[in-house]
Amino acid sequence: MNLVNYLVLSGVLFSIGAATVLLRRNAIIVFLGIEMMLNSANLAFVTFARLHGDLTGQVVAFFVMVVAAAEVVIGLAIIVAIYRTRRSASVDDVNLLKS
Amino acid sequence: MTTLPAALTTVSAALPTALPAATAEGVVAATAASGVFELAWLLVALPLASAAVLLLAGRRTDRWGHWLGVLASAGSFLVGAVLLVTMLGAPAEQRVQDLHLFSWIPAGAFSLDAGLRLDPLSLTFVMLVTFVGTLIHVYSVAYMEHDHDRRRFFAYLNLFVAAMLLLVLADSYLLLFVGWEGVGLASYLLIGFWNHTLPNAVAAKKAFVANRVGDVGMIIAIGLLFATFGATDFETVFAAAGGASEGLLTATGLMLLLAATGKSAQFPLQSWLGDAMAGPTPVSALIHAATMVTAGVYLVVRSGPIYAGAPTALLVVAIIGAFTLLFGAIIGTAKDDIKKALAASTMSQIGYMMLAAGLGPIGYAFAIFHLVTHGFFKAGMFLGAGSVMHGMDDDVDMRRFGALSTAMKATWITFGLGWLAILGVPPFSGFWSKDKIIESAFATNGAEGWQPWVFGTVALLGAGITAFYMSRLFFMTFHGRRRWHDGHGAAPDPDAPVRHPHESPGLMVWPMWILAAGSVALGGALYFGGFEYWLEPVFGHTEHDDPVLPVPVLIALTLLLVAAGAFLAWRQYAAAPVAVVAPRGSVLTRAARRDLYQDDVNEALLMRPGQYLTRSLVYGDRQVVDGAATGLARVVAGSGELVRRVQTGFVRSYATTMVLGVIVLAAVVLAFRI
Repeated sequence: MNLVNYLVLSGVLFSIGAATVLLRRNAIIVFLGIEMMLNSANLAFVTFARLHGDLTGQVVAFFVMVVAAAEVVIGLAIIVAIYRTRRSASVDDVNLLKS
Repeated sequence: MTTLPAALTTVSAALPTALPAATAEGVVAATAASGVFELAWLLVALPLASAAVLLLAGRRTDRWGHWLGVLASAGSFLVGAVLLVTMLGAPAEQRVQDLHLFSWIPAGAFSLDAGLRLDPLSLTFVMLVTFVGTLIHVYSVAYMEHDHDRRRFFAYLNLFVAAMLLLVLADSYLLLFVGWEGVGLASYLLIGFWNHTLPNAVAAKKAFVANRVGDVGMIIAIGLLFATFGATDFETVFAAAGGASEGLLTATGLMLLLAATGKSAQFPLQSWLGDAMAGPTPVSALIHAATMVTAGVYLVVRSGPIYAGAPTALLVVAIIGAFTLLFGAIIGTAKDDIKKALAASTMSQIGYMMLAAGLGPIGYAFAIFHLVTHGFFKAGMFLGAGSVMHGMDDDVDMRRFGALSTAMKATWITFGLGWLAILGVPPFSGFWSKDKIIESAFATNGAEGWQPWVFGTVALLGAGITAFYMSRLFFMTFHGRRRWHDGHGAAPDPDAPVRHPHESPGLMVWPMWILAAGSVALGGALYFGGFEYWLEPVFGHTEHDDPVLPVPVLIALTLLLVAAGAFLAWRQYAAAPVAVVAPRGSVLTRAARRDLYQDDVNEALLMRPGQYLTRSLVYGDRQVVDGAATGLARVVAGSGELVRRVQTGFVRSYATTMVLGVIVLAAVVLAFRI
């Protein structure tokens, strides 16, 4: 099986994730988009590790997973906190810092 | 820096240098002060302490403050008298003493001491300042009686006395400069004493500014001396002056002269003296007639050893003196304000002293001699003028006086004695001193050609004009028809104001009597008492050259001119009626009335260009410097405004920017294969 396909899949997943982040208002969905981008990047890492016969890419993928897990915890906590105070999970409503 | 003295040497070589170097013969070297002379610091300390008490204790001292002032001044006089008597008892070689006070500026290798120089010259000044000063203090007690700020007035007077004594007693140029500035400050404060009216405040400022111009010369001179000799005390400087280059001494001499012209109201810095009459009359008598304005003469005379090596500078001193002598005299002939006429006369008489000082060592003693006699008779006449103003509701216009001799007998007599003294009528004071100056001006002094004739003629002419304007002043005030109205009967003139002239109180009249006695007898007493030899330890012994004309001829000529001047004044201002309102007058009269356009010249040459300069500087500052600063701020604010629009507050738009940025970066990386 051609490894390029994996890379193409990774690119497609990243694009879908990015489009989700840019187009959707719901913070949870935006969050999912981010996760999707992270995982597409993981896929690219692993693919390249396989391509070069070097394990470094796989190690980085593990790192990304760990960081993503931590990020999810904090990110969801923030979203819940915002939802509690503003009764909304829309990212467009969070604009307190703008004058 | 080497070019300046070199250039001056060239200039001085080109000019006719004729005056000889001083003969140092007879000059006494300073010894350390001992005995009663160690108390000399009290001279300065007493009035200074009194001034401090009066200024710091404030209104609490209102009731007795003026008497404290009188006491302090009299105390200084007593100390001075003791010192004088002691010095008279000492042999000539012990008459120059230096009293070391304290180490003033100790800074490593550089150190400056404060000390007092006690010699015949400084003690002469001490006696003049404290004696006349004390009399004027007493006079002021009555003169300023109704002024609720009398205490402050006495504080300033004491401050002046202290500063003036420091000036004449200092043993270094730097300490002298402290006194120099002190009298300038006191003069400023006293001219503007009634500063609630604008012209008085303006006059004070004018005097202050004119004096600052002179001070620049003083500072440069001190700097030159210090750079050359590494010291500013008289002993070191005078000892080393003989070996210095002529260019340097000429530069120093000219700078000292600039300082002297500022303080002594000599051309070209003379314009402030007339306006200084805005101060209370005792101030005019003490500061602007008898003492402070003569500080310039003191400076030149004290710096004799410097001028001895700079004949060109000395010649300039004489020329300035001669010019101011005529300048002041001409102004004096047209002034109707009694105080301003006296001020013009002061300027002219100091011109005499400057001329004598400019003649070199043979004139120094006569300059000081005239300075002392002038201090007495001019202070006396100023006090007389104050007494007249006191009786005439503070009027100063002589055209509204006349026939006051009956109403104010004591003032009339004392003023008359002063008048005879300044005219130089024998045997009054002025005769002895002024005649000596005229003789010295005519003497060859080793000079060839034009100098004795020019200086002599100017001095002679000055005596004639002096006789005219002083007689005019005297006759207009005390004689002729009265041009005021006593309220009874028909008015002598429709313009005549109602006045009730009366004699002043005793406290004012007695000082006038004492000064009048000095005007009568002091000149002769000092002349026959050997005043010239008394000053020899300071100036050295000088052989006098014979005048180009025989002395009896000169005396006769002088007296003839004086009589002619007095007669002219009598015919015009005593025998003929005087108009109450000043007539338009000839071109010369109008010019003299406006001080020979001195203010107009100053305004056109200095003030207006100065104003243009400051205005253009302000414009440049606002437009260029401030413009650059505010312009920069505006650019930053404007660009910030532009960038602010990008900050929408929507997270998704930020994210879009980031994605686009990443895409662009990736495209660039791929396109150029970096």
